[in-house]
Amino acid sequence: MSKVLMKGNEAVAEAAIRAGCRLYFAYPITPQSELIEYMAKMMPKVGGTFIQAESEVAAINMVYGAAGAGKRVMTSSSSPGISLKMEGISYCAGAQLPAVIVNVQRGGPGLGDIQPAQADYFQATKGGGHGDYRLIVLAPSTVQEFADMAADALDLAYKYRNPVMILSDGMLGQMMEPVEFRPAKTEEEVQELAKQHENWCICPNEDGVNRHHHEINSLEIDPLVLEKHVNNLFVKYAEIEQHEVRCEEYNINGDNEILCVAFGTASRIVKSAINDLKTEGKSVGLIRPITLWPYPYECVARALHKNVRQVYVFELNKGQMLDDVKIAVAGRCDVKFWGKVGGIIFTPGEIKEKLLECF
Amino acid sequence: METIASRPLSLTKTPFHYCPGCLHGVAHRLIAEAVDENGLRNVMTGIAPVGCSVFAYKFFDFDMAEAAHGRAPAVATGIKRARPEMHVFTYQGDGDLAAIGTAEIIHAANRGEHISVFFVNNAIYGMTGGQMAPTTLPEMKTTTSPYGRKVDDMGHPIRMCELMATLVAPYYIERVSLLSPADIIKAKKAVAKAIKYNKEERGFTFVEIISTCPTNWGIDPIKARDWAKDNMLPFFKPNCFRDRGEGVE
Repeated sequence: MSKVLMKGNEAVAEAAIRAGCRLYFAYPITPQSELIEYMAKMMPKVGGTFIQAESEVAAINMVYGAAGAGKRVMTSSSSPGISLKMEGISYCAGAQLPAVIVNVQRGGPGLGDIQPAQADYFQATKGGGHGDYRLIVLAPSTVQEFADMAADALDLAYKYRNPVMILSDGMLGQMMEPVEFRPAKTEEEVQELAKQHENWCICPNEDGVNRHHHEINSLEIDPLVLEKHVNNLFVKYAEIEQHEVRCEEYNINGDNEILCVAFGTASRIVKSAINDLKTEGKSVGLIRPITLWPYPYECVARALHKNVRQVYVFELNKGQMLDDVKIAVAGRCDVKFWGKVGGIIFTPGEIKEKLLECF
Repeated sequence: METIASRPLSLTKTPFHYCPGCLHGVAHRLIAEAVDENGLRNVMTGIAPVGCSVFAYKFFDFDMAEAAHGRAPAVATGIKRARPEMHVFTYQGDGDLAAIGTAEIIHAANRGEHISVFFVNNAIYGMTGGQMAPTTLPEMKTTTSPYGRKVDDMGHPIRMCELMATLVAPYYIERVSLLSPADIIKAKKAVAKAIKYNKEERGFTFVEIISTCPTNWGIDPIKARDWAKDNMLPFFKPNCFRDRGEGVE
């Protein structure tokens, strides 16, 4: 298939439908409205379900129901709306439901603004909702990757029966870039995907020995049972940490004098600065975490070649990923942070200036 | 010997955990009987609420989901839309449905979701220990209205059936009670009608069931029923507000 020029918000919606998502529930919010509008337009054409829910809270609980019925389902929102979904996300995690949540981040806290930001890193990776749980968090940096992650997120969600968040931002959502879609799943394949989960989900029953009593539930009132349940969740999380860490290494080599760490939109700008410095004979590498949880601690640690004398974290927030980088660096090198907030995006020139201060 | 009554197949063997004199068990049984009678046991699913009936998922012998507080109609929407071949009901109390879940119930009803809602109203929060509910009567004492519900300050009780009847989409809305054997027979008819309409995919069906809470009202079960007859029924009048199957608008 040839490339098409599309906004990130529309590309991720199209890719999700192609990956077999036939149910989508959401509430309008800027800067993700093109996503909900695309779904409103396209879902009826593929025999899918689109509901504009009465709230973000209702939308995520519709997701809880549809995921509990074993079907591929997605919701999306932007930062303030994601806060509202956190209750339902915690319930999905507790009930081990495979849901996909797209966050097209904007500036916060509170109502903040509608410009791109990365200020929901803590919320996405360190909890957000109540209780001991983990979300798999994917951070795209291009429209192509945003689209690809729709399918990846659905696959991961079902592989591990766990909610997955795609943490994008208003720039990726609004920006148009060429994107090439993966082939669409056939209706037979979509039906087959749902059948795979009929050993646990809500589905038709039968009398006799094969009769089942499936419970979609996060309540375990007996402390010893809940303890076992949470421990089991963490066995699953350990497996995810072992198998699903993803990152991009950009210009990483033994000559690096500075190692940058940045994700999503911020990483694109850092790359421009790195390219610019390369022409001036200055070697700077970049680790771009693609999974924000599980975090690529090992990748960051491995990239600390002997010439690296500064680690520099760039984010569109006040340093929410900084602690994870420090854990990875483990005191082997000084770690600096610089970021911009309020929905203001730094420029390659500003990053270059910061990096030059370290040479 | 002929068996004339037995445990409905749609109930598991798990004993109800409810307080002595509580009517949740009766309401569960009516639903289970109606599911059996309509032959829906293998395609039925229920959504348990947060409240005393939070463990309803253990009591019904078909697939069940446990929802966050008030969110059962949204969860039911998700399940029904994902698997139209399933028949879905929610079972909710007054705090769950008429306070924290007001938005979800109104909008599920307004969309005309093909689900049944069984709303058990006993004018109090039972599980958390007797706090004021949106349906607590004026001057009624609860642990969070210890001097009685003052309507100027705490608002008036909400009549959900009347509120739902302002919406165009709902197909069937009826209020019944469980306060006497005759009332229970009437309630059974309403529950069975809702399940039948559910089976026939007629639309959104809503049955409010006036019940008691002897434990948190602090009166014995028989007196609790008398109290409810004297105090709740004049305010929450049993009535069929809409039944499109019978031409009642």
